[in-house]
Amino acid sequence: MTAAARPAPRAGLADRGKPGAGSSLWVYALLVGGLALMVGPFLWMVLGSIKPEADFLRNPPTLWPSRITTDNFGRLFDQLTFPRYFFNSSVIAFVVTVGNLIFCPMLGYALAKLRWRGKGLVMAVVLATLMVPAGVTLIPNFILMSNLGLVNSYPGLILPFLAGPFGVFLMRQFMLGVPNELLEAARIDGALEFRIFWSVVMPLATPVLATLGILTFLGNWNSFIYPLVMAQEPDMYTLPVALATFATGQYQADHGMLMAGSVILVVPVLIVFILFQRWITEGIATTGLKG
Amino acid sequence: MTVPALAQRRSVREAGTAPSAHRWRQDLTGWAFAAPFVILFGVFLAFPILASFALSFTSFGLRDLQNPIGTTFVGLDNYANVIADARFWSALLNTTYFVVVGVPVTLTIGLLIAAALNRGITRFRTAFRVGYYLPVITSIVAIAVVWRFLLNPDEGLINMLLAGIGIDGPSWLGDPTFAMPSIIAMAVWRNLGFAMVVFLAGLQAIPSELYEAGSIDGAGRWQSFRYITIPMLRPTILFMVVITTIGYLQLFEEPFVMTDGGPLDRTLSVTMYMYQQAFRFFHQGYASAIAYILFVIVAIVAFLQFKFLRSEA
Repeated sequence: MTAAARPAPRAGLADRGKPGAGSSLWVYALLVGGLALMVGPFLWMVLGSIKPEADFLRNPPTLWPSRITTDNFGRLFDQLTFPRYFFNSSVIAFVVTVGNLIFCPMLGYALAKLRWRGKGLVMAVVLATLMVPAGVTLIPNFILMSNLGLVNSYPGLILPFLAGPFGVFLMRQFMLGVPNELLEAARIDGALEFRIFWSVVMPLATPVLATLGILTFLGNWNSFIYPLVMAQEPDMYTLPVALATFATGQYQADHGMLMAGSVILVVPVLIVFILFQRWITEGIATTGLKG
Repeated sequence: MTVPALAQRRSVREAGTAPSAHRWRQDLTGWAFAAPFVILFGVFLAFPILASFALSFTSFGLRDLQNPIGTTFVGLDNYANVIADARFWSALLNTTYFVVVGVPVTLTIGLLIAAALNRGITRFRTAFRVGYYLPVITSIVAIAVVWRFLLNPDEGLINMLLAGIGIDGPSWLGDPTFAMPSIIAMAVWRNLGFAMVVFLAGLQAIPSELYEAGSIDGAGRWQSFRYITIPMLRPTILFMVVITTIGYLQLFEEPFVMTDGGPLDRTLSVTMYMYQQAFRFFHQGYASAIAYILFVIVAIVAFLQFKFLRSEA
């Protein structure tokens, strides 16, 4: 029996929820308990960001602030150039997302619907890199950027992520399902291939593009190792790099400010996620099952 | 549309041009669509993968940064030194510990929650799904800031709760015995939502007729889970085992932000050791050898899992 198959007995218990209302209550209780463990740290973070520093030193610790203060956010913006980090993170995530939303569908279309020499090779190479550990490309990319003079620059932080293999995989899977009749009809009408792609295929792909866009944005907003290596001047720090630097450096005892910094890092993601959660979870489920 | 009809249309289109010219046109169109991606991909992904392999046979260091071609070829020296490096082996051992405990625990809890949501729960399903998925989309740095506070030995929430029931909690991240379990707990908390979403989709794809037929034949809940759910879910389980293992083998962010590999190197992972060699000690050639060894381990483990789990069906 494999490791992953081990949950069987306990998940079997969970199955009991369906017929009897009494056992269903147990399932709800367990799920709510688990949910508290998942959401609790976020609640702690948000409430911590509006707490006075003295509240952190209380024993036993209190969840609710004794009074609400904006000092923590004030320090973040007065003492540190937090708006700059926010701007850096936004620009990088936005440009990378736009790039992927253009380049990935283009290649996905060419792989799924066009006949050209070299197609098999391109597909094999792109899909093979899906499994390569990120650490493998980190060192050569740093050396490459050093020699191009792009360390500590937006291009240096953006270029390597404009064309992600995951997006190609996702878009190709979708394009395979677009009926050929639709494309043939447009071709007979004499439409240029790019026009067919842009006006016929892309509008059909809107839901998949939404999934790809959201996942790419979130992934790059949260990206940590690469900007840590490539942004060495504080001016080019992204939010995660800045927060990690402060949390392990001179501000590590300033709990309130670190919680406020975490809130600024997490809240935009929460908003995007709650607005678009259907697309995210469905997109993951689809690619997961097709993998 | 029938095949002859398509062929006829194609021949209409091709009538005007010589076959070879048409072939060239098709190639040109295909490559025009592929070019932007292929160029970026080639320069920043494919080339670095090959370059990393080349680097692993050199003594590349800080002094070579401005003149990469001038570095010294050292053959298999880096690989020989990695094999003889006690810190590499302890990093590999720590990573193995993380994978062997972390993968089953993450997937078990993920499947448990997915099964509960799928069969027992109709109300608030979206709220549960969002709540459990929240840590997956949250920056590891923000998570680390909060968790370091929760795990703090003196003023942390967890030890204060333990003290409330008379237990003297350990210094979670500072204790060689408890540091890795703490990292595993955090990784499970962060990743189980992803497993849940994928398992939930797999469970929802199982036709309910199968369960109805099962119950007519007198199958209990445990039996229908064992003989319907598990076999039907096998492709999803296989996929999740492989993808979670590949991800966990690359452990880096959690120990990097929580412990910096300590105490006593007990949470040093292979990727962290590679990072330290490359960007703290500036032994890029040596670090590339570590990266490639990890690459090979990832490929072998993924291959074995596919082979083993497939044949078990």
